Amino acid sequence: MSAANGILVIAEAEGGVPTDLSHEMLGLARRLAETTGGTVETVLLGEDLGDSAETLIAFGADCVHIGDGPGYAAYLAEAWLPNLMKIAAAAPPAVILVGHTSMGGDLAPRLAFRLGTTVATACVEAEINDGRLQATRPCYGGAAREVISFKTDPAVLTIKSKSQVAPEREDNRHGKVVRLSTDVGVTRARIIERKIKTTTGIRLESAEVVVAGGRGINGPEGFKQAQELADVLGGAVGASRVACDLEWCPPSYQIGLSGRTVAPELYFALGISGAGQHMAGCGNAKNIVAVNTDPAAEIFKSSRFGIVGDCREVLPPLIEELRKLKHEAGT
Amino acid sequence: MHIVVCVKQIQNPEIASALLRVDESTNKMRLAASVPPVMSPFDEQAVEAALRVREAHGDAADGIKITAITLGPETARQVLKAALSLGVDEGVLLSDPACQDGDSYSTALTLSRAVGKIGDVDLVITGRQAADFDAGVVGCGLAELLDIPAISFVRKVDVEGDVVRVERVIENGYEIQEAMLPALVTISHEFGPPRKASLRETMRAARKPITAWSVEDLDLEAGQVGVSGSRRVLERLFIPSSDIKCEFINGVTTEDMARELARRLHEANVL
Repeated sequence: MSAANGILVIAEAEGGVPTDLSHEMLGLARRLAETTGGTVETVLLGEDLGDSAETLIAFGADCVHIGDGPGYAAYLAEAWLPNLMKIAAAAPPAVILVGHTSMGGDLAPRLAFRLGTTVATACVEAEINDGRLQATRPCYGGAAREVISFKTDPAVLTIKSKSQVAPEREDNRHGKVVRLSTDVGVTRARIIERKIKTTTGIRLESAEVVVAGGRGINGPEGFKQAQELADVLGGAVGASRVACDLEWCPPSYQIGLSGRTVAPELYFALGISGAGQHMAGCGNAKNIVAVNTDPAAEIFKSSRFGIVGDCREVLPPLIEELRKLKHEAGT
Repeated sequence: MHIVVCVKQIQNPEIASALLRVDESTNKMRLAASVPPVMSPFDEQAVEAALRVREAHGDAADGIKITAITLGPETARQVLKAALSLGVDEGVLLSDPACQDGDSYSTALTLSRAVGKIGDVDLVITGRQAADFDAGVVGCGLAELLDIPAISFVRKVDVEGDVVRVERVIENGYEIQEAMLPALVTISHEFGPPRKASLRETMRAARKPITAWSVEDLDLEAGQVGVSGSRRVLERLFIPSSDIKCEFINGVTTEDMARELARRLHEANVL
């Protein structure tokens, strides 16, 4: 690693406020900065960002570079890169952290190659040992892990959601705010239209209880039961890739390597075999409860509790029992 | 129009994870001899995307050439043959020993030189990631090295004139995006299932050319490619161990089991 010791976090906003993952990355950045002795710089590009800069400082940023304007309404690599390159060139960081999202997955390779370095994607751990950054990331569909280090500077990492602990918000923290130009110029790619689905109910990523269905949930009817169970426990419904591909539920339900990542207190895996690519999206759940007809299903290896049985038979009495318990508890 | 599709040969990702073994002396996955390697599933969809773009041109489809490139060992010729039997016109094999065991950067660099050597490429299509290391860097990184626009995580591709129009999957929906050609798109699994090889195309494939290029052919030096050209070091590859022991809930009837599970969840304080 070079003499550079700063950590640069490329934050993201949703609905004008920094995402949870941005806060998580600030937590990681602070831990890395403790070792390097550097500062934590953050960039946020977007539109109608309000007091996002202050929020990022409260979560650990020492300096926030903010570009707030219509040119940044939605992510486009060619619009984002010039400002990011300027910031990285003005004060070369030791490490750049980007969210492992549809934005980060697109941006990070281009940014890294343009800086003469490379990127480790979907990292779940990062630490500095003897001055060398080592990042751990899942591979082989979540079945294996690799630990990698860099020959080039800076080390660029995309960070998997729910893999890091966000710091406590400290509203009396002080930091610097730098306003960036919002003139993005002409780009060779452009967004014609954005079709955003507004989800009702609890957001999958922030739910404390997730009820997920797979092939063994036996069709769209099973997802109605899953929803009922989720409602009783105040949770959200997710699915395996197979269930989404079979169109038993909306594609936005998908949890896994190429879907969403969740880390709830309680995760119900209903008729889900537990393939690595699914576990990549729920492996950090605190408690997994599996219901599967196959006693040898992989999912039981990651589960705290298991029932060998058919979801269609297990769910109705389970929903009933949990409803009773919730009622007794007076919630 | 000329479309290039990048494909990778990998260990079959459907293999049971219990069969995965790491050779710790080389930090490589020990391949299960009983399971033949395959084309990475996202790359199969990338090939499908190229074929659909051509088919959408109807009578003008004859003017569209599709070339598949792969970087890998000599056995990677198999995935080129698979692509040819799906309808791809030509294959380019980059199996120079110097190119092996590289990282996303040295791979993207080698591919960028191959695309440059092919010349006059209008559209490059890759999978969103290879289903072995799941990095997802080569696609957009290749666009960076070629200095062309890239649109990632694409589920639908159309080419009209000198513009590629796509649907790009994002966290809570999708975007319709356009880019000027030449451009690169990476295909996400939402694209849908690829076709199977037909007998007719498989017969035709035997007569289609596969060209092998060495590092020198690409005007590169051995130090720039493969493991020596890598910017990252693979320090360790391992299978994480799980110390979780599943407590199976038993009972005579499902009602019993459900009641018992509810009780155990309550006791464990996780509700």
